[in-house]
Amino acid sequence: MIFRRRKDLVCREMVELITDYLEDVLPRAQRLSFEAHIGACEHCAEYLEQMRATIRLSGRLRAQDLTPAMREEFSALYERWRSEPG
Amino acid sequence: MSLLSEIPMPAVHLNVLATFAALAWQTARRRGEDEDAELLERLRGGDEEAFLLLVARHQASMLRLARSFVASSAVAEEVVQDTWLGVLRGIDRFAGRSTFKTWLLRILVNRAKSTGVREGRSIAIGDAGPAVDGARFDAAGAWMAPPQHWIEDSDDRLAAESVADELRAALEGLPGRQREVVLLRDVDGLSSEEVCEVLDISEGNQRVLLHRGRSRLRQALESELGGA
Repeated sequence: MIFRRRKDLVCREMVELITDYLEDVLPRAQRLSFEAHIGACEHCAEYLEQMRATIRLSGRLRAQDLTPAMREEFSALYERWRSEPG
Repeated sequence: MSLLSEIPMPAVHLNVLATFAALAWQTARRRGEDEDAELLERLRGGDEEAFLLLVARHQASMLRLARSFVASSAVAEEVVQDTWLGVLRGIDRFAGRSTFKTWLLRILVNRAKSTGVREGRSIAIGDAGPAVDGARFDAAGAWMAPPQHWIEDSDDRLAAESVADELRAALEGLPGRQREVVLLRDVDGLSSEEVCEVLDISEGNQRVLLHRGRSRLRQALESELGGA
């Protein structure tokens, strides 16, 4: 039988806790174990950085402006609403 | 050995960076909310241009979200128009208890659902697969095939439009509910509370969906960019 300290986390568990860590909902003891593991494991540290990069890149997906046709359409929608009774 | 070497420096360093990023994000977000509030005020005063500006600001988010619920882009556009008409008609009922965007997207989701939910959408949290393929760990749970590098040298590479295309394709490929949560949280920048309100799901479910979705996107980026 292998005895592992209850608070020690293995890499396979780390990747499942990443979001809870980033959302700051890990209980304190687990957060400390998580950070201790990150400090000691370059692969999990890299994985954490990749998750942050993924989030950052998603945040950069930008919208396009309204096309002239869409502007017309919504202008018509506005007029329709203005002409409604009440 | 000095005491200092015992401190897990990488973790501390990363947290400081994350704090700065979060602050910058909150500032941008607040500015967006202020602009919405100002445009809404002008719209209430009968300013059509303010309406068109509001539409333009939220159009992409609305189309993306609507598209996730309905079968075609054409139907998604109808849902968006229908939502704006509902917004105009209910403009005096918006009490500002939530942000304008949250209110808007919640109306959109309700309209989209009543328009007809895409077939094959499951209510379940969806695939309960692991964040990373189990075969990449050894029996003890340590990395056997560790993450391939793709971020360190590469801000230029990551800024490339091809990466954005790759990410968009991966987002499209996510199961419906994961896609909705990731879109709202990471692309549109809503808070977890707001996402729960818009999609009418619990905090716990929101987090599981976010975790699955983000993990898949990371894997897609690693597969595309890793080891190059």
